[in-house]
Amino acid sequence: MQVQLSHPPRTIEIKGPKKAKDLFKELNLVVEAHLIIRGDELVTEDEMLYDQDQIEIRPVISGGT
Amino acid sequence: MNCTKCKTRAVIDLPRHNAAFCKGCFNVYVHDQVSRAIKSEKMFGKDDRILVAVSGGKDSLALWDILLKMGYKADALYVNLGIGGYSEVSHAKVVKFSETVAAPHSAVLHVHTVEQEAGAGIRELAMLIHRPTCSTCGTIKRYQFNRVALEHKYDVMATGHNLDDEAARLLGNVLRWQEEYLDKQSPSLPASLDGFAKKVKPLFRLSERELAAYSVLNRIDYIVEECPMAKGARTLLYKEVLNRLETESPGTKQAFYCGFLDKQRKPEVSPTTMAEKDQAMLHPCSVCQQPTTAEVCSYCKMMARAKTHSV
Repeated sequence: MQVQLSHPPRTIEIKGPKKAKDLFKELNLVVEAHLIIRGDELVTEDEMLYDQDQIEIRPVISGGT
Repeated sequence: MNCTKCKTRAVIDLPRHNAAFCKGCFNVYVHDQVSRAIKSEKMFGKDDRILVAVSGGKDSLALWDILLKMGYKADALYVNLGIGGYSEVSHAKVVKFSETVAAPHSAVLHVHTVEQEAGAGIRELAMLIHRPTCSTCGTIKRYQFNRVALEHKYDVMATGHNLDDEAARLLGNVLRWQEEYLDKQSPSLPASLDGFAKKVKPLFRLSERELAAYSVLNRIDYIVEECPMAKGARTLLYKEVLNRLETESPGTKQAFYCGFLDKQRKPEVSPTTMAEKDQAMLHPCSVCQQPTTAEVCSYCKMMARAKTHSV
């Protein structure tokens, strides 16, 4: 599956099928700091992701000072 | 995973509430959390005129959206900081939201452009006065927000600070014991004197992840890109640490910040020393005579149990 990441923006290829929470683990990302979007729909951690899916892992943290 | 409320397919799980929600039930949850924040902190009423500080990011646009949908009279102020392409994109997102979502509610968008008044953008201004960019930015935004609120006679100013913002700020203040800043961490700060408008943070019960999810689910077009000036900011480090703790132990951020607010609300009782507390609670164990709060101390109980099992 194609996985779009931010900071910096890039797209990587990951082999499916894979549960969303396992994708987080593989990429060493903290669940609380991200959302997983398939197409334009949010998915939960236990959702199975497949090779044909377009996935975006969107960071949710912002702020300065 | 199914929605905790209606049992249809969930789109987001919230470990800190041991719940998962579909889009409809999640929107109800978000509005309910904001409603509870407004009422518990006596932020504003339905007749008050609110000025929302918007940046083009998820939190402030979500706040404007939520307040309008809840029937509040909410206008907004956008401060264009002049950070090149970043400000151009964020400004465009705010204008688009204002025209498509806010205008049908008769809400107005005010815009202040730093470069027009100061002759330079935030980056150049910070270099001129030798101050960090984020600190310069904060001062300018607070000043302009207050000015517009007073000039246009708004009853209250609302910002999109969320649970993560407040928990990270609290962690920073506690780590350095900056007690003078703790009083200012209330989600509702009154207009303490003439020239200061009342400030509120209606999103303090919602996490950053929940607000991003609200924005995605409700098709709010916000700027995902991080402000280029915030790179390396200490707040981001505190948030990262808190999110690691939250993942291991859901509810940590809420317990940390809301526990702090509860402590702030409680009237101070006369201080009792540890010795006075011990004298009031402890007495000799009936078996070994060492101090304990119970009839038999924990050690004697444990040893008695061990001897019973070994027989």
